[in-house]
Amino acid sequence: MSKDREFLWRRLHSLLGIIPVGLFLTMHLLINFTATGGAENYNAATANMEKIPFLILVEWIVIYIPLMFHAFYGVYIAFTATPNTGRFSTYRNWMYSLQRFTGVFLVIFIAWHIFQTRIQKALGTEVDYDMMANIVSNPFMLGFYIVGIISATFHLSNGLWAFLVSWGITQSPQSQKIATYVTNIIFVILSVVGVAAILAFV
Amino acid sequence: MIAANTGRMVKVEILRQDTKGGNSYWQKFQVPYRHGMNVISILMEIQKNPVTENGENTTPVTWDMNCLEEVCGACSMVINGRPRQSCSTLVDQLTEPIKLEPMKTFPVIRDLQVDRERMFNALKKVKAWVPIDGTYDLGEGPRMPEGKRQWAYELSKCMTCGVCMEACPNVSEKASFIGPAPLSQVRLFNTHPTGAMIKDERLNAIMGDGGLANCGNSQNCVAACPKGIPLTTSIASLNRATTVQMFRNFFGSDHYVD
Repeated sequence: MSKDREFLWRRLHSLLGIIPVGLFLTMHLLINFTATGGAENYNAATANMEKIPFLILVEWIVIYIPLMFHAFYGVYIAFTATPNTGRFSTYRNWMYSLQRFTGVFLVIFIAWHIFQTRIQKALGTEVDYDMMANIVSNPFMLGFYIVGIISATFHLSNGLWAFLVSWGITQSPQSQKIATYVTNIIFVILSVVGVAAILAFV
Repeated sequence: MIAANTGRMVKVEILRQDTKGGNSYWQKFQVPYRHGMNVISILMEIQKNPVTENGENTTPVTWDMNCLEEVCGACSMVINGRPRQSCSTLVDQLTEPIKLEPMKTFPVIRDLQVDRERMFNALKKVKAWVPIDGTYDLGEGPRMPEGKRQWAYELSKCMTCGVCMEACPNVSEKASFIGPAPLSQVRLFNTHPTGAMIKDERLNAIMGDGGLANCGNSQNCVAACPKGIPLTTSIASLNRATTVQMFRNFFGSDHYVD
């Protein structure tokens, strides 16, 4: 990647994190939430998604390509950082470090999650309620998934805050403070939805 | 002036480095306390009597200083973990032992002396000046509204001291980020009515390698700035300006500077 295009790569990284990756995560957690209404409810909701025409193409364009760019460029960003929360323990500096920490963790978590679900589907296993129930019957896996879900909702909501700054939408300290409150509320709501959904498989 | 000898000694620990790129090591000193002492006066005491706490002779500690009234930025160093000016940092406000380190985000020349050249190069890169070629009298420039002048004055207080660079987790030798101070200067000179005549050139200069988009929003810069410059507001404002500039560049707009 050419370095003099860095501005465009960074802006693209910021944009893709929200559209489509952030939107996809929200949809994903909402569909998972249908599991709180029982196995049949969940199986019906996921079967509906299977009806999307050209599904494999949609998956690549809307999910895999943007997600991979966001993930790999994000790892580069994370490893060029020098976190200094020890010397500057402000709220924003903690968010800065956590954003990078959760980002790197999510690359590992999502790689594992894709291997355990989507790749197994490609190898011929049926994706349904029982598949997830099987995975989270292991308490270690359940813990890993809960940490993964909360990392993802944090990374998205804090990333949304950064997106608003990076594109020049929130400029003044006051607007950035309001954005902090709003994105924190989004974090709580998405976390409750995500964790309630995974617990429905236990 | 004869300083009152109170008998109290101030404990100081200094991270020393003899040569550029050489190894660094801590050395402990004790200097006699005087009322109203600042960090520079401690360093001057050590210069007069370069003997460590253990009574070993050593070389005097090297540091940079100039104005001694917190407007030049030369004497910046890391004092008890925080980057700040050693002239305006008073001993009475510090916990002992006072730990002095160079701002290691810059190349260390010797002891507490660093090379801030990258900041001056950045100012050249972003054309942090009002361009007039001086060949003939252009007359008066456009007037600036008073309200705008007042906040622009806040941005003009930047003394290129490097404290924001030291505080920023994205400014380091492994990253090419230009840093908060030169970015805020882009906003200052793009606000000036004559400076704004090359607004697009400054925006394009910060839209390349290591430019504006490398900011990670940790907002340490604004917390650390000794002059209280709203650095993060400047960065967010430039984010908006470069968003517009990006579309202008992409679609080949001829609205260069309006």
